[in-house]
Amino acid sequence: MTEAGPATGSRPVREARPGRGAVQEAGPVAGAQLVQGAGRPRRPLGAALARPTVLILTGLWVAGPLLPLAVQAFTDQWFYPDLWPARWSLVGWEQALGPQSRLAEAVATSISIGAAVAALATVLGAAAGRALAWHRLPGRRLIELVLLAPVLVPPFAVAMGAQIVYLRAGLADSLAGVVLAQLPAATAYATLLMSGVWAGVDPALERQARTLGAGAWRAFREVSLPQLRGGLVVAAMFAFLISWSDYLLTLLIGGGVVTTVPLLLFATAAGSGNQAATAAIALVAVAPPLLLTALAARQLAGRDTALLGVGR
Amino acid sequence: MTTDITIADLDHTYPGATTPTLRRVSLEVPAGTRTAVLGPSGSGKSTLLSIVAGLSAPTGGDVRVAGHSVLRQPPHRRDLGVVFQRPLLFPHLTVAENVAFGLRMRGTDRAAIRRRVAELLDAVALPGYGERRSSELSGGQQQRIALARALAVRPGVLLLDEPFSALDPQLRGDMRALLTELHRREGSTTLFVTHDRDEATDVADTVTVLLDGRVAQHAPPADLFRRPTTLAVARFLGGAGNAIPGTASPGHFDCPLGRLRLDTDHRGAGLLLIRPEAIVVGDQQGDNVVPATITAVTDRGTHLDIQATSGGVTLHLTTGPAAPLRPGDGTSLWLPPTHLSVVAP
Repeated sequence: MTEAGPATGSRPVREARPGRGAVQEAGPVAGAQLVQGAGRPRRPLGAALARPTVLILTGLWVAGPLLPLAVQAFTDQWFYPDLWPARWSLVGWEQALGPQSRLAEAVATSISIGAAVAALATVLGAAAGRALAWHRLPGRRLIELVLLAPVLVPPFAVAMGAQIVYLRAGLADSLAGVVLAQLPAATAYATLLMSGVWAGVDPALERQARTLGAGAWRAFREVSLPQLRGGLVVAAMFAFLISWSDYLLTLLIGGGVVTTVPLLLFATAAGSGNQAATAAIALVAVAPPLLLTALAARQLAGRDTALLGVGR
Repeated sequence: MTTDITIADLDHTYPGATTPTLRRVSLEVPAGTRTAVLGPSGSGKSTLLSIVAGLSAPTGGDVRVAGHSVLRQPPHRRDLGVVFQRPLLFPHLTVAENVAFGLRMRGTDRAAIRRRVAELLDAVALPGYGERRSSELSGGQQQRIALARALAVRPGVLLLDEPFSALDPQLRGDMRALLTELHRREGSTTLFVTHDRDEATDVADTVTVLLDGRVAQHAPPADLFRRPTTLAVARFLGGAGNAIPGTASPGHFDCPLGRLRLDTDHRGAGLLLIRPEAIVVGDQQGDNVVPATITAVTDRGTHLDIQATSGGVTLHLTTGPAAPLRPGDGTSLWLPPTHLSVVAP
């Protein structure tokens, strides 16, 4: 019998940093220094500032573009070169959420497509990930490369090709068509992620469950599934986000009939020139990714299984 | 609830492999007995167990449990418990939930499960450990829980695949005693796979030596050492140190040591085997006593390793640590007939 070894117990050991004591011992023992050393360890100013500086810069880089958006959504008068809007108002929101707006409908569409893509991609990814992680498949490297294709191939090329195929298949201009079109990329991500999670589950445990009277499906449900739970949640979140932020495939396959949040956002930005309403819709579009990323980060932090194939 | 196991002409070859893992392996394990399959790594013993468990399929032959072929039954429908080398406790369950797993799969009611789990935790000397996580237990404790889990459903057959090999030697002895005790209580027909001959002879009432996928010998432990049927078996059991060429005839073996009396079915040229521990040193008269000269004595603390020559043949033997023997001493050696065997050269 070939058994893959369990991936447990391989947490990295934190390196012991030289603490305060080491700093004191290193210097010549002088009375004045001892008194001074009783407080904080002396570090060069540059080193002390390096960390917060990097944190702040990274934060600005990521969140920076969102800040003007947050301001823009609450004003109808903000002109260059003013640093601050001349007047606050909720007109943008009224327009974005008002009876004329199709935002609620777009959010509902986005959520339905996202949920369908997340559910399907997660199930397919979990099954494919198991095969990749547990079985010696011929051409396994090739499969992994193909899975990375959605990341490597320019999306525009894929979308153009997909449009032709979906038109011929009669799947264009429909919700199902959009779900189907978004599925490959989402499944690829889910598969890569889940193969990492599966690699941390010992296949021998399911075999042991079989000998204890569990059928194949029950052994999976009772033994492996509980260990996959965190990974499944993260995979579903990723798949949902891929779907949520997709523009190109939805535009081409949906043919203007299927309007999701990104499509509405782009239409509003390009068509109306209403900056406040655009900003408000943009905030709505940004909220779920931020929320889900925060949740996913918590899931990831709580696990010691290898994710995304890292540590395999 | 005891069940006999019959393994008949079992063949197994891994896909793509040129040499078979198992070749016409036949084995009978009477109900309620303990049989050890003893063999070096690569002898096919784990494959054999995995076929009986239903986790691998043979390429030929049959496995019958209580008279019925089980080859078409998936593992979860076979009435068995399996303990592997690693404890394989389910990490997301408590100790009690692990022990209860098989019972829960069979739909046993809660009160009965609780009773049985408590009973087994007592039996493996871990009462009160039920609420712990498996990661909180030591290796030996985990393996005891694995044993309890396998026995919880009162399986007709208990299969063990090198269950104690990963434990330290002190613990291994305790585990063997525990297994013998559990067997007395639960009575499951036990098939046990190991590469450790002490483990095999300690736990089993019958030992099957598996070499290169074939059954080389099937005998009670004592016979295995006294009467190995082939040189390979003797070598594997560490008893080929004294292999003296000669000719066998009914009741006799003629060799450079002279004509020795023994009981053998072998005819013609053969090798006489006798374990170093079986040779008796001292002034004696009668059959199978040969004069010898001590050539080397090594004090091992617990015993003496001695080399002696007789008729140009070097014999290896051992004695108690206090035997007054020195190199150059002349002595006589008795080769007890019941400890002599003749195998093909």
